Amino acid sequence: MTARMEFQVIVVGGGHAGCEAASAAARMGANTALITHKIETIGEMSCNPAIGGLGKGHLVREIDALDGLMARVADVSGIQFRMLNRSKGPAVWGPRAQIDRKLYREAMQNEILNHENLTVIADGVEDLQVDGGLVAGVIGESGAIYTAGAVVITTGTFLKGIIHRGAERIPAGRVGEKPAIGLADRLYSLDLPIGRLKTGTPARLNGKTIDWDRLETQPADDDPIPFSFLTDRIHVEQISCGITHTNADVHEVIADNINQSAVYSGAIAGRGPRYCPSIEDKIHRFAEKNRHQIFLEPEGLDDDTVYPNGISTSLPSDVQDAFIRKIEGLEAVEILEYGYAIEYDYVDPRALDVGLQVKALPGLFLAGQINGTTGYEEAGAQGLMAGLNAVRYTRDEDHAVFNRGEAYIGVLIDDLVTRGVTEPYRMFTSRAEYRLSLRSDNADQRLTDRGIELGLVGSDRANVFHVKQKDLAAGRVILQSEASTPNEAQKLGWKVNQDGQRRSAWDYLAYPDIDMTAIETGFPNVAMLSSAVKSQLEIEAMYAGYIERQKEDVAALRREEALMLPAELDYSAIGGLTNEARAKLEQIRPTTLGQAGRIEGMTPGALTALLAFVRRRPDRKPVKGQAANV
Amino acid sequence: MPLRRDTICALASGPPPAAIATLRISGPDVVQIVSQRLSKPRLTPRHATLVDLRSSTGDVIDSGLAIFMPGPASYTGEDTLELSLHGGRMITELALQAFISAGARLAEPGEFTRRAFEAGKLDLTRAEAVADLIDAESEAQLSQALRQMDGALESLYSGWRIQMTDCLALLEASIDFPDEEDAPDRVDGPVTEMLIQLQSDLDRALEEGNITERIRDGFRVTILGKPNAGKSTLLNQLAKREAAIVTDIPGTTRDVVEVRLKLGGYLVWVSDTAGLRETVDIVEAEGVRRARAAAENSDLRIWLYDQRESFESGEVRPGDLIVANKSDLSDKDVSRETLSITAKDGAGISRVEQAIIERLSAKTQNLSAPMITRARHRQGIERAQTHLKKASEFLNADIGAEFTSEEVRLASRELGSLTGHVDPEMVLGAVFSSFCIGK
Repeated sequence: MTARMEFQVIVVGGGHAGCEAASAAARMGANTALITHKIETIGEMSCNPAIGGLGKGHLVREIDALDGLMARVADVSGIQFRMLNRSKGPAVWGPRAQIDRKLYREAMQNEILNHENLTVIADGVEDLQVDGGLVAGVIGESGAIYTAGAVVITTGTFLKGIIHRGAERIPAGRVGEKPAIGLADRLYSLDLPIGRLKTGTPARLNGKTIDWDRLETQPADDDPIPFSFLTDRIHVEQISCGITHTNADVHEVIADNINQSAVYSGAIAGRGPRYCPSIEDKIHRFAEKNRHQIFLEPEGLDDDTVYPNGISTSLPSDVQDAFIRKIEGLEAVEILEYGYAIEYDYVDPRALDVGLQVKALPGLFLAGQINGTTGYEEAGAQGLMAGLNAVRYTRDEDHAVFNRGEAYIGVLIDDLVTRGVTEPYRMFTSRAEYRLSLRSDNADQRLTDRGIELGLVGSDRANVFHVKQKDLAAGRVILQSEASTPNEAQKLGWKVNQDGQRRSAWDYLAYPDIDMTAIETGFPNVAMLSSAVKSQLEIEAMYAGYIERQKEDVAALRREEALMLPAELDYSAIGGLTNEARAKLEQIRPTTLGQAGRIEGMTPGALTALLAFVRRRPDRKPVKGQAANV
Repeated sequence: MPLRRDTICALASGPPPAAIATLRISGPDVVQIVSQRLSKPRLTPRHATLVDLRSSTGDVIDSGLAIFMPGPASYTGEDTLELSLHGGRMITELALQAFISAGARLAEPGEFTRRAFEAGKLDLTRAEAVADLIDAESEAQLSQALRQMDGALESLYSGWRIQMTDCLALLEASIDFPDEEDAPDRVDGPVTEMLIQLQSDLDRALEEGNITERIRDGFRVTILGKPNAGKSTLLNQLAKREAAIVTDIPGTTRDVVEVRLKLGGYLVWVSDTAGLRETVDIVEAEGVRRARAAAENSDLRIWLYDQRESFESGEVRPGDLIVANKSDLSDKDVSRETLSITAKDGAGISRVEQAIIERLSAKTQNLSAPMITRARHRQGIERAQTHLKKASEFLNADIGAEFTSEEVRLASRELGSLTGHVDPEMVLGAVFSSFCIGK
């Protein structure tokens, strides 16, 4: 008699995608299971222990705005908070923190293990259960059968993962973990398009053996700004990171041994990320540079492990020993674990729909690295959306989707399912067309309302959000009603046109040289507003002109996104499509006209033909295969 | 959700020249535009009415048949005007300008059809081959925009796109990779230079591309040559009157003398200039300077020389016309491209006229991407230029890189609407190939 357990949604994998997926599904009220090999590794940061950065920090804030876990967990485990790009405008500020790996893992496990509606099960997953072409659950290594209406797979790099270090080959997910075979076979049997990627990691160093005194340091911000909209302030002790550099000797060792690098010996076929090259890549491709920067990032307050960010490598251990010890400050360093490159298969995300559901197998959702992305934040964001849509699927509801004008999450998923990936996909702010609107400071204002509607947001956050919205609205009224003449403005030393036009405090804030402090001098009533409200509204007013313009663009985008394309659309029946356009449309099967427009190589002519066809459909349903333009 | 739409206009028929050109305007401002630009401010719906079309300055552009179709009973579901005029390039161009100056904008490819579909109108045409119709409209306009564009224009645009991408790569590297030692934190210097270069390139292209202006205001033809080559005589022959003083004394013409001619349907300003020679005479030297300046600004330069002497081709540029004068006094041969004339008695003048006409029409041919496309292009380039100027201002005022970048993005998007999109991936590609990113 095999064990049998019933759930609404099952999440396989306890990484960053898995945790957000499980939590999102459970927050929606679904009876959810998270199944993972080892409960102890839930929330593990397997690579660099840092959260956030440009684009990534935006994703964390958005996860938080939808009441996800990552931001709050990072706030209780961050040991070096820095707001990147402070010298630039707030639209491109990137919240980032170095994380204490143990604190993070513990806090995440605490959330997951004590989550309402969520059962955590330690088991391997051997296979999917499929019933009538739909996913019906999973089968555990233990032999147990877990039934569910939807399954989210978030198993990272487990598909044919191979670790390369010099000539060494270790089949694995991560070091010390065994790869899942049965589930992989099942996925391969679905005949999904599969690609191969690689990524790398540097050696881990013993911090006690680093000569810190000789190194430059990079301190945390004096006033650490939390990730979560619910966190008032950071209580964790803040530390500095060290900075060192490679040098000519280091480069010589690497150049002399480059043939032994797994990448350069030709052993690795997968494509690596351009933004995170191995040290041998850097030296080979940028030969004119005589040094490269390395950040020495402690992995925890009571952990001596140091992550040397900037020297990931697949060179053999002895070469790693040799070159690392030629780096300033690391002459006597003890290497705890050697760096490696990992090569793995990923599922071409164009096989997924906009809800991250596998088009070929309804009820199966994929999130995280398995979709060709890299990074905890990208994984978490996908996990959240997959968990949300898995629940909606079991309730017979349409996918919930954010468009590119609403969220970085929307940019991420749209890029994945529409464009696919050619390297491990990472978020950058330059990917977001509406960057000045999609700021990290306003993620809650963009998304929390939607989150409440979708049932993702708990009452605590909803209350905080509503109070904040009310305060902001009141603040806007004050700023827009307080006004003065150009003459009065001139007396304050403000350079405005002497055109007789009265301007409001809000208008003045759009002037680059008039800030909130100046406004308070001119309009004493403004000073009564709380500093949080003031700083938020100052940012809003600063970008107001662009936001207006972007609103028009977003409205146009929304019109296109509102035009749904039926999933079963027969593209061969549409006249006026080139063969190339038709092939791409058939492969990707866009959900909306807007998505169709973002497919590479799609022409306005093809789109119009598509639009024409879809608009006529209610009147005239073409039989599959029948030409429509006869 | 119903967003206030703007009013769009476009040439609905095939590219001019043609017997008739039908222009279409659709949108909320049609009634107002009709009252401003047509001689009959109120039109009976769905009746063909003979009207005059006026420009923004009130000049009559052409007369034609107007049909006003109030929404929702129109193709697009909006108020629509169809106006059939004589199908000349100039007329269609001016007619579109008249609508644009009254508040319309040029339609994007397929936009009328798109509006029709969004209004649910095309459901009615079920018996027709709708898709084919759409192709005829959008693909034709697209290929006008993309394929018929002559190669030079296309490579010009892609050159700008590469420059904008490089510019964005610098800005984006400074924004997206703040912790990277190799990525620049401040990029003001190089970006300022790139923006200035781009702006002057766009300005020049706008100037050069403005052939309609040349057609309206006249082409400039300059006669150049040594003193006493007979330039003034040639001018008088072309003008068919004694416009310039002619003597046997070398250096008679001191200033630039212009005459206005009609040649082959083109309006042409022909300039006679002081003979080019070294001189100590202050007045004559100024004349020579003016001659060279006139030559610099002209669309066509005619080099005239005395056939008894040999021609010095030092300053000749490709496209210049070389004419040997006083052939009656010389038995020397001239090169194959050179026209041989006797200006004094008018022998060969018609061949000079013919050569001028050929060269000018070659110019208009070379620039003749269809009118509609060109107007669309000019608008796009002008808008791109506005964004580039703003980008420069932001950079100079030291306002965040995100603003500068936004304006360059908007500029490249305007060009993108002419040639295809500038993909964020292109910018990232440029970043990664220029900087060693990988903290």
